[in-house]
Amino acid sequence: MTTTAIAVSGLRKAFGDKTVLDGIDLEVPAGTVFSLLGPNGAGKTTTVNVLTTLMKADAGTVRIAGHDIGTQTKAVRAVVGVTGQFAAVDELLTGQENLQLMADLKRVGSGEAKRVITGLLERFDLAEPAQKLVSTYSGGMRRKLDLAMTLVGNPQIIFLDEPTTGLDPRSRRIMWQIVRELVADGVTIFLTTQYLEEADHLADRVAVLDQGALVAQGTPAELKRQAPGSHVRLRFTDAGELDAAARVLLGSVRDNEDLALRVPSDGGVKSLRSLLDQLDEHSINTEEFSVHTPDLDDVFLALTGHASIEEQAR
Amino acid sequence: MNTDSVIMLRRNFKHTVRNPTAVFNAVIFPVVLMLMFVYVIGRAFNVGVKYIDYSTPGMIVLAICYGLSATALAVNSDMTKGIINRFKVMDISRSAVLNAQVAATMLRSLIAIAAILGVGFALGFRSSANLGDWLGAIGIILAVSFAASWLTVALGLFAKTPESAGMALVPLILLPFLSSAIVPVAKMGTGIRQFAEYQPFTPIIESIRGLLSGAPSGGYALAALAWCVGITLVGYLWSLSTFKKRA
Repeated sequence: MTTTAIAVSGLRKAFGDKTVLDGIDLEVPAGTVFSLLGPNGAGKTTTVNVLTTLMKADAGTVRIAGHDIGTQTKAVRAVVGVTGQFAAVDELLTGQENLQLMADLKRVGSGEAKRVITGLLERFDLAEPAQKLVSTYSGGMRRKLDLAMTLVGNPQIIFLDEPTTGLDPRSRRIMWQIVRELVADGVTIFLTTQYLEEADHLADRVAVLDQGALVAQGTPAELKRQAPGSHVRLRFTDAGELDAAARVLLGSVRDNEDLALRVPSDGGVKSLRSLLDQLDEHSINTEEFSVHTPDLDDVFLALTGHASIEEQAR
Repeated sequence: MNTDSVIMLRRNFKHTVRNPTAVFNAVIFPVVLMLMFVYVIGRAFNVGVKYIDYSTPGMIVLAICYGLSATALAVNSDMTKGIINRFKVMDISRSAVLNAQVAATMLRSLIAIAAILGVGFALGFRSSANLGDWLGAIGIILAVSFAASWLTVALGLFAKTPESAGMALVPLILLPFLSSAIVPVAKMGTGIRQFAEYQPFTPIIESIRGLLSGAPSGGYALAALAWCVGITLVGYLWSLSTFKKRA
């Protein structure tokens, strides 16, 4: 049984005459992680703000857990939790009091609240500073507390807007672990990120947002297939060597600026050996030799047009 | 009782306790001002009655206004920090945050008013008001505090930065000085006198003064209440519309 947690169609939003979202369509099945990937200014936060009822869309429909965000706003608010880019915590309260505030507002009974709060403090590695004012917390601690506050009351659909931006590696791993645990419990996660690694690790489906439009959508594996294939990159010390190599290696692509050559290859030992043999045979000196297999970075760059040097040279 | 507003009030209460300097400021400054006027400057004034009896009602209103700056800052910092977005996304009453700020402000000003009255009595303030007069005076004081709090919440919401929120309140804090709080309007120069006569704080202070001296004036009381209702409405509606606009 799969139900749709988030269904968006034809979503548009403009600020003045600047179009921020230009017709977004997406669907997120319940109990999965959906990652919206895009560079700064692509419209990720605006998307989250509209989907969580903070902003009104100019056009399009959005249904969250079956509720229309325009007409059933209260029902939507009851099922979603949001952790934004900037920690939404109360600095003049302690960590514990922040969580208690959430428990009160969500009408969690006092015995249950105590259990939930203790559990969350442990889980987020915040038990020790729980009685300290949040104004003394580091940025990473605030982000963790922010997510912990979002989890009070067990929201079914959680929006995480760049949850790990600016976190240290340890905190980032805690965040990732918690996202996995939440999904295992059946929660739907809508995650925005600039980090492909993060989307690759966590997401069931990824959509790439660029300048207000989705330029690609699919599983991480599907998207990787859209990237340029794996290749070997050779760099030379002078143009003569580059010319010679380009004549010998069929199907290679030159990058004159970098004195580099890009040779299609499956990256296997056999084909690499034969490539090296060819270079040897023609006495071509190679300054640098590297094997590239596509990752989401390649997809991202290829799709958003903010291409790397290799992409531009093609 | 566990409504959203009460939960939010508890939050503001903790803020107040955590920030004792704000309370200290709100109490100490009006008291110092009162001592200064009664002991140092007031002796030179001839207001027809004992100066402490004349000035206490004005000091009460000064204390209300002076305590507002903490509210403007608190409202503004709520809006400029992320916490407000969290509240807005939750299924809670839209105005709970604002109601709580108003309630917390009124509680803080009641503490300051109690201090002013305490110091006033210690300095020889005597009232010939009966119980009804006292209740009337308290009613007007609460109405003024309520109205000023809503206006302050609106200003705090409207200001883009904490600095401008503080600046926006300066007129409200200065306005009582240009009323009959310190000296009777009749003793002021032309121009300033007309201004003082028609600004809200003169009827407000005169009505409290009348009630506390046991000689209530219906006209002033009516004008005071009308001003309070008007200011409350403007503050409330302005607050709600600004709150909705600022995400």
